[in-house]
Amino acid sequence: MQWDWQVFCKSTITGELAPGCFGSGGEVTYLQWMLSAWGWTVAVALLALAIALCVGLLVGTVRTQAARPWALLAACWTELFRNIPVLVQIFLWYHVLPIFIPVLKNLPAFLLAACALGLFTSARIAEQVRAGIQALPAGQNQAATAMGLRLWQRVRLVILPQALRMVLPSLTSEAMNIVKNSSVAFAVSVTELTLFAMQAQEETARGLEIYAGVTLLYMLTALLVNRMMALIEARTRVPGLLAVT
Amino acid sequence: MMTLDFSFFSTQWLQTYVLQGLLFSLQLTVVATVGGIALGTVLALMRLSGRRLLAWPAASYVNLMRSVPLVMVLLWFFLLMPSLLGRPIGAESSAVITFIAFEAAFFCEILRAGIGAIPRGQRDAGFALGLGYAQNMRLVILPQAFRMMIPVLLTQTIILFQDTSLVYAIGAYDLLKGFEVAGKNLGRPVEAYLAAASVYFLLCFSLSQLVRRVQQRVAFVR
Repeated sequence: MQWDWQVFCKSTITGELAPGCFGSGGEVTYLQWMLSAWGWTVAVALLALAIALCVGLLVGTVRTQAARPWALLAACWTELFRNIPVLVQIFLWYHVLPIFIPVLKNLPAFLLAACALGLFTSARIAEQVRAGIQALPAGQNQAATAMGLRLWQRVRLVILPQALRMVLPSLTSEAMNIVKNSSVAFAVSVTELTLFAMQAQEETARGLEIYAGVTLLYMLTALLVNRMMALIEARTRVPGLLAVT
Repeated sequence: MMTLDFSFFSTQWLQTYVLQGLLFSLQLTVVATVGGIALGTVLALMRLSGRRLLAWPAASYVNLMRSVPLVMVLLWFFLLMPSLLGRPIGAESSAVITFIAFEAAFFCEILRAGIGAIPRGQRDAGFALGLGYAQNMRLVILPQAFRMMIPVLLTQTIILFQDTSLVYAIGAYDLLKGFEVAGKNLGRPVEAYLAAASVYFLLCFSLSQLVRRVQQRVAFVR
């Protein structure tokens, strides 16, 4: 088996080597295609992460702080979204929901994939937020109530600032999971890295090089996410806060 | 707005399309869990051995597997297996091998944490009684570690079962594929996807309730 890295410099249309590894006049090389696929991976992952964080925070907080019926609803949400495989959820968003909600038909597949991935992850983040809130000493909530803070104020000013710092490490691994899980978007024809890998492998028959390139990009992305979250963790650290709990 | 029509649902239909897929998904889950735990234990012991020559390769393997999406690992194995084995290999066999290799990395990390949570005194006491390393692991540490880890291991198994749907990428015939083929052949894809989601939900939800029960049962009193 021999490596042939030149495959990345070949044109996706003619299969000829492109000078300088970049095609001109509407022609693209496999390298360019891979980079744009990387962009789609990042786009799906970022959008899904944003959705997952917003919904997960809300659901996790409601589950621990709100009145009974709301807390129950939040619990159902969590169970529903974490007990169906993400691939099945993407199919539901792509094939099933547009039939009941016609507006969704006009949305690009990558938005639907991001929604599916985001809500799937929101259930997991909700669980972590719940664990973080429950790990806080009850005195925090009681003291805040005694000071006359309302529910929303207690959550915003007392509970979440502490709980979130506690769950940041597990949010880091969730963020890295989202990057990896975004690969599932291949199933609804979003040309992200995995679909690129499949199609380019078929077209060029140079699977080893193509897969190696894609794998490296995934690892690079995971590393970047990891470093970024570490930076956030360091920035938001309050000396002595976590040592107490 | 269209109306759902589940009238095509019948035991005969389930037998034709879904049963085979369901059996494969379950089989894959069980084999990958057992194989993954076995291989994962070896990896965990290598990482904990304190010998660089053993710890380093195990750590690199685990970190590599954990930083690449499962779908990509499936594709890699599907691509490489034929040339490694020297003969063509079906999507199903390739999936089984991939899942064992992939899940071993995750089970390794669970086991490493579990073994690390056993108080040091247990190990020292074992050595003081004259047990060798292997005896100490087999008779003192691993039994305690496994008992404590049962809930986490079961949770990982639920995740594994959900992940089996990803064999879609290499075209293996699993539970999801069964429903999909049925939906296409009968012209009712929407109902088939909904049915697939319900089956996965029911299985995973009941398993997670079981984990909750087990969790209360195995809690150690020290």
